[in-house]
Amino acid sequence: MSTRGDLAAVGARHGLAHALQGLRAIVVRELLKFVQQTGRLVSALVRPLLWLAVFGAGFRSAAGPAAEAPYLQPVPYDVYIAPGLVGMVLLFNGMQSSLSMVYDREMGLMRLLLTAPLPRPWLLFGKLCATALLSALQALAFVALALLLGTQLPVFGWGGLHALVALVAGALMLGALGLLLSVHIRQLENFAGTMNFVIFPMYFLSTALYPLSRLKASGAEWVYQVARLNPFTHTVEWIRFALYGQDPGAAPWIVLGCLAVFFALACWGYDPQRGFGQLAKRGG
Amino acid sequence: MIASAPSADPPARPGDALRAAAAGSGAAAPVLRVSGLTKRYGERVALASLDLALASGQFTALLGPNGAGKSTLFQVLTGLFAADAGDVEVAGHSLRHGAAAALRHIGVVFQQIALDLDLSIRRNLLFHADLHGLPRRLALERIAADCARLGVEPDLERPVRELSGGNRRKVELVRAGLHRPAVLLMDEATVGLDPKSRRDLLAALREDVRERGVCVLWATHWVEEAEAADRVLVLHQGRLLADGTPFEVTAALGGATLEQGFIARTSGPGEGGAR
Repeated sequence: MSTRGDLAAVGARHGLAHALQGLRAIVVRELLKFVQQTGRLVSALVRPLLWLAVFGAGFRSAAGPAAEAPYLQPVPYDVYIAPGLVGMVLLFNGMQSSLSMVYDREMGLMRLLLTAPLPRPWLLFGKLCATALLSALQALAFVALALLLGTQLPVFGWGGLHALVALVAGALMLGALGLLLSVHIRQLENFAGTMNFVIFPMYFLSTALYPLSRLKASGAEWVYQVARLNPFTHTVEWIRFALYGQDPGAAPWIVLGCLAVFFALACWGYDPQRGFGQLAKRGG
Repeated sequence: MIASAPSADPPARPGDALRAAAAGSGAAAPVLRVSGLTKRYGERVALASLDLALASGQFTALLGPNGAGKSTLFQVLTGLFAADAGDVEVAGHSLRHGAAAALRHIGVVFQQIALDLDLSIRRNLLFHADLHGLPRRLALERIAADCARLGVEPDLERPVRELSGGNRRKVELVRAGLHRPAVLLMDEATVGLDPKSRRDLLAALREDVRERGVCVLWATHWVEEAEAADRVLVLHQGRLLADGTPFEVTAALGGATLEQGFIARTSGPGEGGAR
């Protein structure tokens, strides 16, 4: 049907070019907003650096050096926890993205995004890419600072490249988790619950701070079992094993599998049939 | 006239022509067609098998009290919610079967101002242009021209946070029309604006209707805004209560004025959705 509307749409890109332009717009917007929020970058770096400098030094003697795979020889505690702290940066930024989504929803910006003439999963994928890019950049900034502080990490070489792949995959997986959580967080005020029930349990019930074998040896069986099932554990282990050129086993498959599941559930949560993000169960 | 009782008179006035379009007579091809649209929230029926057809170059006011279903209708028209039944066609594209193609032809201003407060006007508008696939040069040309027309061009680089409510609305209007949609949906867009800003906004919309042939659907509960429209739809409890020119609707509602008739027909128990 030829209409005035069809004529008016002339000049706009279609297909892949349009999709990529939309994706770029979403990513650039998040980057621009991040650049304007210098405090966010500072807090994202101060948190793991405090852990590295304070806990790394404090627990060095108490915990002792780890001497199991992937390490070929005992390593200082700060070296052991560095991949976990990279994971911490990814985890916090992934959850921060859910906060940003809820903020956008409360400000009405999500409506604008979701009424764009692009498939909704693609729009959500754009959000996910933006989150992952910001997470990865912050994590790399942390690694650079850790190296400057004297933490010896084998980041140069193939191991470093593999670790970068793991880092990006982990950023995507945790970003997808944030996206999924944003479906269920109805108000910004509920974000404290995310901290208590998602971030802290995921972080502490993982291998970020201590190896799985120690959890088992100490008799904390349930903690050991939960940590084994925790996808965050596998993100950290993938980064850790990749860094030292070791086979990460099933960790990549678990991380990528969780990424697929979390993203699919987020898309389902934002399906128009369900409203968007459990929102607006009202008429008017 | 009451929408549920179609007239047999030949089309002679704007309201008649549009109803003829709705009936598919071919007098004017509808650019927005709503067929059997139904939306429920649990037990509550927000839209009850709604039928509509709007043509290009018409300013249509959608008048309804709070809870009449206006916002739900807009949420369905913009693809935010899927209808439980029925379909929406925009410029010939079905929202149910080709949402992206249909959404290309829709511009929307929601009741709540939806701008990124931290970004400049230009950045906000470029973001929208990119989401609609506009080439950068074309987008910048339109931003400059449309912002100049509405008097916000001097503020292009200012963060939206620093703008007045009236100017924020103007930016939203520029944004809604940036991709040159065939249909503009305005959901109570004058809420919170001072009289001058309201007048300016309506004048700009009128210009869009007159010069670009845009079809405007203007949801409001301000009767005085509806009185100036080409066509008035009265929505109540998810159903179309009346449809026609302001004069016809006033007569159909049975009041001395549109306001009196509207209040008389939409007040009372049972508001907030059909059951």
